[in-house]
Amino acid sequence: MGTKRHFRVWRGDSSGGEMQEFDVEVNDGEVVLDIIHRLQATQTPDLACRWNCKAGKCGSCSMEINGKPKLSCMARMSTFADDETVTITPLRTFPVIRDLVTDVSYNYEKARETPAFAPPPGVKPGEYRMQQIDVERSQEFRKCIECYLCQNTCHVVRDHEDNKQAFSGPRFFIRAAELDMHPLDARTDRKDYAQEHQGLGYCNITKCCTEVCPEHIKITDNAIIPMKERVVDNKFDPLVWLGRKIFRRDELEAQPARAGVSGGENMAPSYSRGVTGDAAGTPFSSSRPPEAPPLGPDGKLDVAEFLSQRAGGPSPFGDEQTFPLGPGKVVYNYPASGKDDDTVEEHGGTAH
Amino acid sequence: MTNRIERHLYDVVVIGAGGAGLRAAIEARLAGKKTAIISKSLFGKAHTVMAEGGAAAAMGNVNSRDNWMVHFRDTMRGGKFLNNFRMAELHAKESPDRIWELETYGALFDRTKDGKISQRNFGGHEYPRLAHVGDRTGLELIRTLQQKIVSLQQEDFAEFGNYDARIKVFAETTITELLLDGDKIAGAFGYYRESGEFLLLEAPAVVLATGGVGRSYKVTSNSWEYTGDGHALALRAGATLINMEFLQFHPTGMVWPPSVKGILVTESVRGDGGVLKNSEGKRFMFDYVPDVFRRQYAETEEEADRWYTDPDNNRRPPELLPRDEVARAINNEVKAGRGTPSGGVYLDVSTRMPAETITRRLPSMYHQFKELADVDITKEAMEVGPTCHYVMGGVEVDPDTGAAFGSVDGLFAAGEVSGGMHGSNRLGGNSLSDLLVFGKRAGEHAASYTDALIKRPKVASADVTRAVETALAPLSRQSGENPYTLQQDLQAVMGDLVGIIRRDGELTEALKRLHELKLRVANVGAIGGRKYNPGWHLALDLRNMLVVSECTAKAALEREESRGGHTREDFPKMSPKWRQINLVCSLDDDGDVVLERKPVPKMRDELIKLFDRSELSKYMTDDELAAYDAPAGEAE
Repeated sequence: MGTKRHFRVWRGDSSGGEMQEFDVEVNDGEVVLDIIHRLQATQTPDLACRWNCKAGKCGSCSMEINGKPKLSCMARMSTFADDETVTITPLRTFPVIRDLVTDVSYNYEKARETPAFAPPPGVKPGEYRMQQIDVERSQEFRKCIECYLCQNTCHVVRDHEDNKQAFSGPRFFIRAAELDMHPLDARTDRKDYAQEHQGLGYCNITKCCTEVCPEHIKITDNAIIPMKERVVDNKFDPLVWLGRKIFRRDELEAQPARAGVSGGENMAPSYSRGVTGDAAGTPFSSSRPPEAPPLGPDGKLDVAEFLSQRAGGPSPFGDEQTFPLGPGKVVYNYPASGKDDDTVEEHGGTAH
Repeated sequence: MTNRIERHLYDVVVIGAGGAGLRAAIEARLAGKKTAIISKSLFGKAHTVMAEGGAAAAMGNVNSRDNWMVHFRDTMRGGKFLNNFRMAELHAKESPDRIWELETYGALFDRTKDGKISQRNFGGHEYPRLAHVGDRTGLELIRTLQQKIVSLQQEDFAEFGNYDARIKVFAETTITELLLDGDKIAGAFGYYRESGEFLLLEAPAVVLATGGVGRSYKVTSNSWEYTGDGHALALRAGATLINMEFLQFHPTGMVWPPSVKGILVTESVRGDGGVLKNSEGKRFMFDYVPDVFRRQYAETEEEADRWYTDPDNNRRPPELLPRDEVARAINNEVKAGRGTPSGGVYLDVSTRMPAETITRRLPSMYHQFKELADVDITKEAMEVGPTCHYVMGGVEVDPDTGAAFGSVDGLFAAGEVSGGMHGSNRLGGNSLSDLLVFGKRAGEHAASYTDALIKRPKVASADVTRAVETALAPLSRQSGENPYTLQQDLQAVMGDLVGIIRRDGELTEALKRLHELKLRVANVGAIGGRKYNPGWHLALDLRNMLVVSECTAKAALEREESRGGHTREDFPKMSPKWRQINLVCSLDDDGDVVLERKPVPKMRDELIKLFDRSELSKYMTDDELAAYDAPAGEAE
């Protein structure tokens, strides 16, 4: 019952590669990963590809299919036209190891830099009490299967290798938000951490990450925007500002009382200082003139761009956005957090 | 590419990065040991993420009558009394603590009204017992353990300036050989999948946590990783495997569309009201309630339906029978010609609950069917059938420490790769708690084993050379047989001849065909180089799959009864005599599987008294019952 269909698959390694053409049998109800497995079994036993559960639960088989970041186990063949050529390429944001396998260690490094859950002091195991309604907000973010499609699609790092050091990406913004909203997490500085160490300010809310999320987590609306809003509140509200400057005596004596984790703020090597530190020289993507996409060594556009409807890279603001913006819509990035408390020590002891 | 071998020194090497492996590693690191975690995939992708229903622990949050004794009883019943009683006891006693501990690592379980961890009903469990997070409990568990390991690494970074100072994850790394010094574990040899480079981890203690063997089957819910590596490594190191004939076929895997054949539909679909129907529209499970369960299960649809809202005054619906009963019933219906066109039966929730309730209670089920198969479970029934899911058998271990039996010292096993805990059949929800309880124990005892060692065992360089040769052999046979073809042939043998229903003739045939495959696997080839070459990786995994399949087939032929995950058409009854026997596999000097019979350990008095005599009489011999009746003290 199978029909032959045409596929183009990128093959190669860090030293370069090319698209290879294949004709493969496709049966009813199959997904792209089935086709890759058939290719391995019949034509290219050494075609490299990650996969595990084949059920959209482990997030291993991320790749770009016709230029769109997807889980190949969730990409049904029936969504393509019968005579459509299906083009399969590795994730573009991460360095290629071989064929469809990329080096995603960037994500594991960022995960290690994000401070872990801090258990509430004095609450014994078995005595944790939380209401369902309170855990649900964090649970949404814990649905994340770490497929890194959001990281791959985020334009802050997709074509800007330089930003990787200062920018943790949507996956770790939702991790920060998850801990921020955790009813019993003992730390109170998750938002500031996201702003100052994870590069939250680089995000200009194009929602690309939300669009590609296979778990349909509302990354932008439910994690990034609330964190940005509250960071702004904290910075501008004079009462909050005053509160940061004045301590009650017990706070002065008790600081820096961080539960559970030794090393406090210092445990993460924070090269990035968000909008103020290392990245200070880099203008926001919103203030840069539009850039043409990079050309490959052969002088041609990269395949993902090649499939776009128009010349040039896709707008980082999404297709719907037109300019100029109305005055109420302009996002203003507060330029520096260094005015009041910039050093790590001071900051670590600050109660918000 | 060279044959350079990267060398590392560790105290404890944990092979496998699923729930059991990560929990063992946490414990070894907390004991101050330098610990390595070997992960065949990326960190956090382990098969544990697939577990949906929950983790069974008698916390009594929903029904305060629940306690460890009830849980112990349910586990022994589910395993048809073949379980290692001590493991079932430890498991029932310790799982609540292991679950509570996860909350201190940051886990967020669903809650009851008074803010405690919510618990749900599940097949075979008398009370609501499964701590859960929607239907993605496995993901929560793996992510929580993964994040705990990261937090330990952050502590080490604060102390030593190096995240990997005391606990390091070797992602995408496969171990092909355990190395011994005499009878003692001295290290593990393997390769990085990414680069194909070799590495040698010298360590006096190894914890196996490699999961199961399902990849040897045609229809399976298991990922490519489940090639029985740990089982095979243990055998080759001189350890023994028990009860390899017991494989759990999950009753409800998807049978349509073909691409997702084998993917599981969680049992909570039935726990929450889903019913099984054949092609004639009949709710057939009422015809398949075995005598031993007759008293606990409803006889009419009306009573069964009342149970969902009033479980105290009604008996439970037969859809919630233990998994093997449900699998066998579906198999019978299909064989009798009352199946769906794709060879399954219908599982229907759409006519039982409003669409909104379904999407709220079974979100990822809904999501999975919608996205993978374009089936809307709120509108139409699912097509399901038995799928190879879990192996009850595994490395024979000491119940308290997880140390492997046989001739080897320093080898530990936990999780699916270990055997005994689940007897002949595992209850849903018991695997996640099994991982935590015995993962912790294995890690703890591996650490204390290294403390007690007087001299660190040494790796012999001849063994390393041999391991390198074995690993490179398929690449030297570029024109050898295609590993994918061999895997398909192996899956056909196991699926057709050693599947859910077994017969003498077919098992004998299977052993003959496995022997032929062994000769072909010795000549397997892989084209291409060492860098991320899945053909080569599969070629190396094949020999593990083969030896484990041989154990399963041999044990299945030997055990002349039907019990739990082992059904013999020619011996359809459970036999009290066979209940006293464990089948133990080991390798002889030529690498052939040797099968032995060993007695099942006898339950302690106070534990056996937890059961009714009438219940025991269905499982035990007259002699055993006489011992039960004897006044305390006189019993042996």
